[in-house]
Amino acid sequence: MVKIEAIVQTSRLDAVKEALVEAGIEGMTILEARGHGRQKGHTEFYRGREYSVDLLPKNKIELVVKDEMKDKTVSAILAAARSGRIGDGKIFISRVDDAIRIRNDERGEAAL
Amino acid sequence: MLRRTIKLLFVSALLAIPVIALAVAPDLKPSPPATQAQVAALQQAIRAAQTSGDNAWVLVSAALVLMMTAPGLVLFYGGLVRRKNILGTMMQSFAMMGLITVLWAVIGYSLAFGAGNGIIGGYEHAFLRGVSLAPNPNYGGTIPEQTYMIYQLMFAIITPALITGAFAERVKFSSMAVFLCLWSLIVYCPLAHMIWGVGGILNIAGGRWPVLDFAGGTVVHITSGVSALVCALYLGKRVGYPQQNITPHSMVLSFIGAAMLWVGWFGFNAGSALGAGPLATSAFVNTQFAAAAAAIAWVITEWMQNGKPTALGAISGAVAGLATITQASGFVQPMSALLIGAIAGVVCCFMVFRVKRFFGYDDSLDAFGVHGIGGTMGALLTGLLASGAINAVYGNDAAGNPLATGAIDGNWRQLLNQSIGAGLGWAFAIAGTLALLFLVDKTMGLRLTAADESQGLDLSQHGEEGYDLNS
Repeated sequence: MVKIEAIVQTSRLDAVKEALVEAGIEGMTILEARGHGRQKGHTEFYRGREYSVDLLPKNKIELVVKDEMKDKTVSAILAAARSGRIGDGKIFISRVDDAIRIRNDERGEAAL
Repeated sequence: MLRRTIKLLFVSALLAIPVIALAVAPDLKPSPPATQAQVAALQQAIRAAQTSGDNAWVLVSAALVLMMTAPGLVLFYGGLVRRKNILGTMMQSFAMMGLITVLWAVIGYSLAFGAGNGIIGGYEHAFLRGVSLAPNPNYGGTIPEQTYMIYQLMFAIITPALITGAFAERVKFSSMAVFLCLWSLIVYCPLAHMIWGVGGILNIAGGRWPVLDFAGGTVVHITSGVSALVCALYLGKRVGYPQQNITPHSMVLSFIGAAMLWVGWFGFNAGSALGAGPLATSAFVNTQFAAAAAAIAWVITEWMQNGKPTALGAISGAVAGLATITQASGFVQPMSALLIGAIAGVVCCFMVFRVKRFFGYDDSLDAFGVHGIGGTMGALLTGLLASGAINAVYGNDAAGNPLATGAIDGNWRQLLNQSIGAGLGWAFAIAGTLALLFLVDKTMGLRLTAADESQGLDLSQHGEEGYDLNS
């Protein structure tokens, strides 16, 4: 099982969700996040003074999928989230030790 | 024989008509006592009709001015502070609504509008003794004196509330409440008495230096704005200012608050006509014109400086225009109001952007930059632009023409009077505020501890959270 964490532009969230559903993913967690990579922030004004805001709003999608689904999922996300501009985001993949369904205590890949 | 009878009957009938008419006609000439009673009744009815129009308008204006405090100022200031301080900021103004009301009823109204001497009123109206529903000819001759009292109360409430903008995010609730209550007694009441109270040395009717202050440019804005500066200087800067970016947590709330201030200001200015007549219209028109001109002026100034017009600039401009026109609202021509607004927008923008940063004081919500400076400009511009054609405060000459009121009429002396009024406003504000700051700080402590300031007013002072989005 792998955990896929994708940080994407907020404007791409709907497209990514649709792509994931189409790829056969049945569960995901979506978080509101702020951050930046190499993308500089923007400037705002307060009382005539310009200051930089470097925490930009993003969405983070967390998925745990079976190993064989990994490539399909990542391709779906990439296709939907990419705009070609700086600020598109990143995907991180890590191993998951276990998964448990709270309702009926199913374990392992059956819980996904 | 028949012909003669018919002729006789015909003539009798002709003669009978006037006799019958006189017998049944109403009495067209009533006796004198009934006439007097009728006239007196008519006069009473006319007075009642005039009172009803005037009283209705002034009561509505009182409600509008209270709305300026809450939710107007409460939202305006609330949105400009950090999220952790929103409730605390709102509570400061709300506390004034409760405390100043009681203080006013017990002693404040008497100190401001009782007879007393040239500086302060007396105790004759303590507990509102003698303040009835009958009009007081000195304070709005066509409205009950209690209407006047309650209207003036709303001004007494918002004035200290304005000061809270200067020490936002860093003062203890208890000390703030004590400080502002005492302030209203030793700074607000004397200024209100001097300018509006009978026998006041600055009163337009018979004062030593008659000052034109229609709705409180000196009484409200100069006193609160200058006191705000003194507080900001005494209490010092917020932790992290100016290195940290301390920005509004909700411009949306501030925007709504400012809009309520604008609308409420019609009660503040036009209500000060104390009647529903043409003078109220004049003040209403001037209020709108100045607010609009000032908002545009500030926005253009900012746009040229920074390349973008901000919402904060727009609403601050409007408030600056409103503060500046307050003193002049019932004295100037509409075009003068546009000019006053434009000046206010540019000058206050400059004050807030450049002067504040140059001197480095932390007047957090720009109470001095907008109200202190706006009020001072308004006081002087009133002396310049007051027109007898709008409001003949000095009466009329033999031919019935209004006597010269402001400099544009030819009365340049009025500028001197306005300066004296403004000067006394500054003097009382500085002296009174400093004295009280020392007193309250040494006894109760005014400033929050660094830990409390970091935690925020809401939690440290009130044990509450403004926004509990998880609940």
